[in-house]
Amino acid sequence: MLTKRIIPCLDIKDGRTVKGTNFVDLRDAGDPVELGALYAQEGADELVFLDITATVDDRKTLVNLVREVARHVNIPFTVGGGISSIQDVSALLNAGADKVSINSSAVRNPDLIDELALQFGSQCIIVAIDTRWVDGTDWVHTHGGRKITEIQTIPWAKEVENRGAGEILLTSMDADGTKAGFANALTSTISGNSSIPIIASGGAGTMEHFYEVFTEGKADAGLAASIFHFKEIAILDLKNYLASKGIPMRI
Amino acid sequence: MEIAIVKYNAGNVASVMYALDRIGVPYTWTDDEAILRQADKVIFPGVGEASTAMAHLKEKGLDLLIPQLKQPVLATCIGMQLLCKHSEENDTTCMGVFDVEVKRFQSHELKIPHVGWNSIHANQDNPLMEGLKKEEFVYFVHSFYVPVNPLTTAVCDYVQPFSAMLHQDNFYAAQFHAEISGMAGQRIIENFLAL
Repeated sequence: MLTKRIIPCLDIKDGRTVKGTNFVDLRDAGDPVELGALYAQEGADELVFLDITATVDDRKTLVNLVREVARHVNIPFTVGGGISSIQDVSALLNAGADKVSINSSAVRNPDLIDELALQFGSQCIIVAIDTRWVDGTDWVHTHGGRKITEIQTIPWAKEVENRGAGEILLTSMDADGTKAGFANALTSTISGNSSIPIIASGGAGTMEHFYEVFTEGKADAGLAASIFHFKEIAILDLKNYLASKGIPMRI
Repeated sequence: MEIAIVKYNAGNVASVMYALDRIGVPYTWTDDEAILRQADKVIFPGVGEASTAMAHLKEKGLDLLIPQLKQPVLATCIGMQLLCKHSEENDTTCMGVFDVEVKRFQSHELKIPHVGWNSIHANQDNPLMEGLKKEEFVYFVHSFYVPVNPLTTAVCDYVQPFSAMLHQDNFYAAQFHAEISGMAGQRIIENFLAL
């Protein structure tokens, strides 16, 4: 049976792993290569590396980091942050990334999704959507969730699928950093509307939260960062718990 | 041992190369006929779309060369589909090593493509599964599948049972991405290299 995926996310700044609450107050949580390999060993189904300070100067550092990760990790991994061109994607895939995640650049230029899907195949193109509830509606946000757009989240999710996204990484900015649970209602609506996998992100604080996002939220994968980095939840314990509750898991 | 990876425009092969690096074996990434014929093992990877991939193979005559290879060949993902007779993906005539059709998943309940870790059930005598459990989890990403047939050596279930692995003569094939399928995937590649 196809299993639900547990995905640790490693936020990267200057080649190091960090995680903040609501994307500020960053704390250092270690070496990304070592941490990634450890997660793979502990049963993570996939890894996501998000370069949260992606500037032009940092690109070479990121490509080198991706190469090191690929040498040490034997599960699929995604790289995101500041990707805005076919050249960016090509460099990261050639360095060994299995998938890339695009966010602000897709909002700015939706045709980029079509171009990347055509060039590299939908299977390696994840569109990340940062969403926040404002005045009674879910709105797409960019720039790490700081900037609201004029795009509504639910129709945008359908559009990115139609344009060739292979998966959607949906981050609720309302839930992110709260440890109060995923945005299950929104995740469920988007997953129910869509034929591509939805990776739910933001708000994981307990093992029950993952159970809820896979049942109520209809998510295909659950992503979290700090609860794994600071060993609040061990991946194997989480997977055993979910399996005992009837969620299909790779153990 | 000489290992050759078939070079053609079929997406990202970096993860295959890194998998071989982790195992610690050297390889050549090539479309050179002489090197491919002489290699001890040939790996035919790929992701992408069938008709485009076949067109790239034809440009270099690889569509005629690959079926003639005599050493063990491991084809993965689109590589496996291209070794079949025909694919429903853009009505593509493929290389015909495996005399089977590639079909499109059809489902109203389940998401297509099939993405993620799913369990495979291998035949008892499947040499690539040596040392592994009868049921192992491996990583899939695909919208097209090969139905279960007499050449099937491992079965996966999504929408319906389909071929996770095929084998005929010196040709071995896997629908999944062994190169990123954890320790199980690594063992499958090692078993292939040990054939």
